[in-house]
Amino acid sequence: MLAPLVSIDAEDAVLEVSREQVREAAEELARLGFERLEMVTAVDRGESFVLVYRVSSRALSAAVTMKAGVPREDARVASVYEVWPAADWQEREVYDLFGIEFDGHPDLRRIFLPEGFVGHPLRRDYDDPRMIRRPDYI
Amino acid sequence: MPVDVQSRNMVESDDGTPVEELLVNVGPSHPSTHGVGRVLVHLDGDIVVKADMIVGYLHRGIEKMSENRTYLQVVPLTDRLDYVGSMYANWSYCRAVERLARIPVPERAEYLRVIVCELQRIASHMMGVGAAAADTGAFTMFVYAFDLRERIVELFEELCGARLTYNYVRPGGVSFDAPDGWTESVMSFISKVDGMLAEIDDLFFGNAIARGRMKGVGVLSAEDAVAWGATGPTARGSGVNWDLRKHAPYSVYPRMDFDVVVGDNGDAYDRGRCRLFECHESTRIISQAIAQMPGGAVMADCLPRLLTPPPGETYDQIESARGSLGVYLVSDGSPRPYRMHVRSPAFCNLALLPKLAVGHTLSDLVVVLGSLDPVFGEVDR
Repeated sequence: MLAPLVSIDAEDAVLEVSREQVREAAEELARLGFERLEMVTAVDRGESFVLVYRVSSRALSAAVTMKAGVPREDARVASVYEVWPAADWQEREVYDLFGIEFDGHPDLRRIFLPEGFVGHPLRRDYDDPRMIRRPDYI
Repeated sequence: MPVDVQSRNMVESDDGTPVEELLVNVGPSHPSTHGVGRVLVHLDGDIVVKADMIVGYLHRGIEKMSENRTYLQVVPLTDRLDYVGSMYANWSYCRAVERLARIPVPERAEYLRVIVCELQRIASHMMGVGAAAADTGAFTMFVYAFDLRERIVELFEELCGARLTYNYVRPGGVSFDAPDGWTESVMSFISKVDGMLAEIDDLFFGNAIARGRMKGVGVLSAEDAVAWGATGPTARGSGVNWDLRKHAPYSVYPRMDFDVVVGDNGDAYDRGRCRLFECHESTRIISQAIAQMPGGAVMADCLPRLLTPPPGETYDQIESARGSLGVYLVSDGSPRPYRMHVRSPAFCNLALLPKLAVGHTLSDLVVVLGSLDPVFGEVDR
């Protein structure tokens, strides 16, 4: 039988944790066999940032998306670098563009923008006079 | 073999004279940095003690820019991510949009996508292998590889009019159907590729100098490859049998018969040769896809002019020439993406450079960098 062409329903399991549980949940996932950290990113939801971690396991043929909310005023969370070293540059990227600090990261510096850059551009409220906004013609 | 830098006495040399670390800046605009990247290298004599990879020179804020554009306007931006393999970012982004907006894709479009992406894989690997060879001084090899790539670029030009930034895969299908005689041109090209690849294999990978420069350099263990998030030929060169086309199949790949190429030693030589052999597998996929390709439309019908996917989020990844290229897309129901994140394989693979280069000479650092095949448009986004 031929496989379906677009697997629209193939949504992953989502695991929502509080930000205090991130490190513990990461260790638990790694223990269960999720050896591969595919992606770390964040979404600005206004009052808080939502951190998104996607992990997968070759042996289990499964992937889990772990999410944790981080308040805007106190944007910090435990690093998962020691669980998955793949978090090294990806957490630096989130720090650079969202300003979320990762406690326990060995080398938390800006990665794309120069040292001394003011602000974190992927925050929704970031503004820069040099930024060109597209007209709202739609 | 890398030198154990921990055991080296950095305070005094053998005759008692004090030595100190030498800081050498490579880049940002250097012929062997494969784009605009910079490495700050701490040297003890000729041995790399610490390498600090500095990226961001090509950061254009594509993720931020896409929050200010409609879903369709983002597609040309994705071309500018991996400009050696634009088709992959097009496709990965379009798959995410199709999943969010529930757009069914005609079968012929899926086959065309597979054909162009496998052609792109050959073109991209030729660029990667050729540039890595030019770094080691084998410029002849670069010309041979570029000749092969040029023929593919010409096929793409015939298909969609562009040579580098194709904007070919669109949400709902592809922008143009194959012109008359195009599939025949592809087949006649494919029939020559295996011979050209064998020539490149003899010319470069069989060469004693190239083997001497690349064997045992930048050895990556299979465990480290998985833990550090390496994907694509970088991980497969270390023996990690992981290819999304095979292990998380998408599109029409389940209907294709091909093998996953894996290496043994995880050194620069195996990574390079994995890329070369993957091109053979790509030719197998292309000829099967052309044989199976049905007729019909290449774009979903009744597609609205303005895409407004329902609120939600999705992550979709495909196997690009560099590894798992994923797009994380969040919609709030408006005509513009709320958030678009690209999980870039070149970025994740390049994070290994500081780890792999330690203990090698400065000239081997260039070999390690070339073997990771970074494209800085995708690293910096």
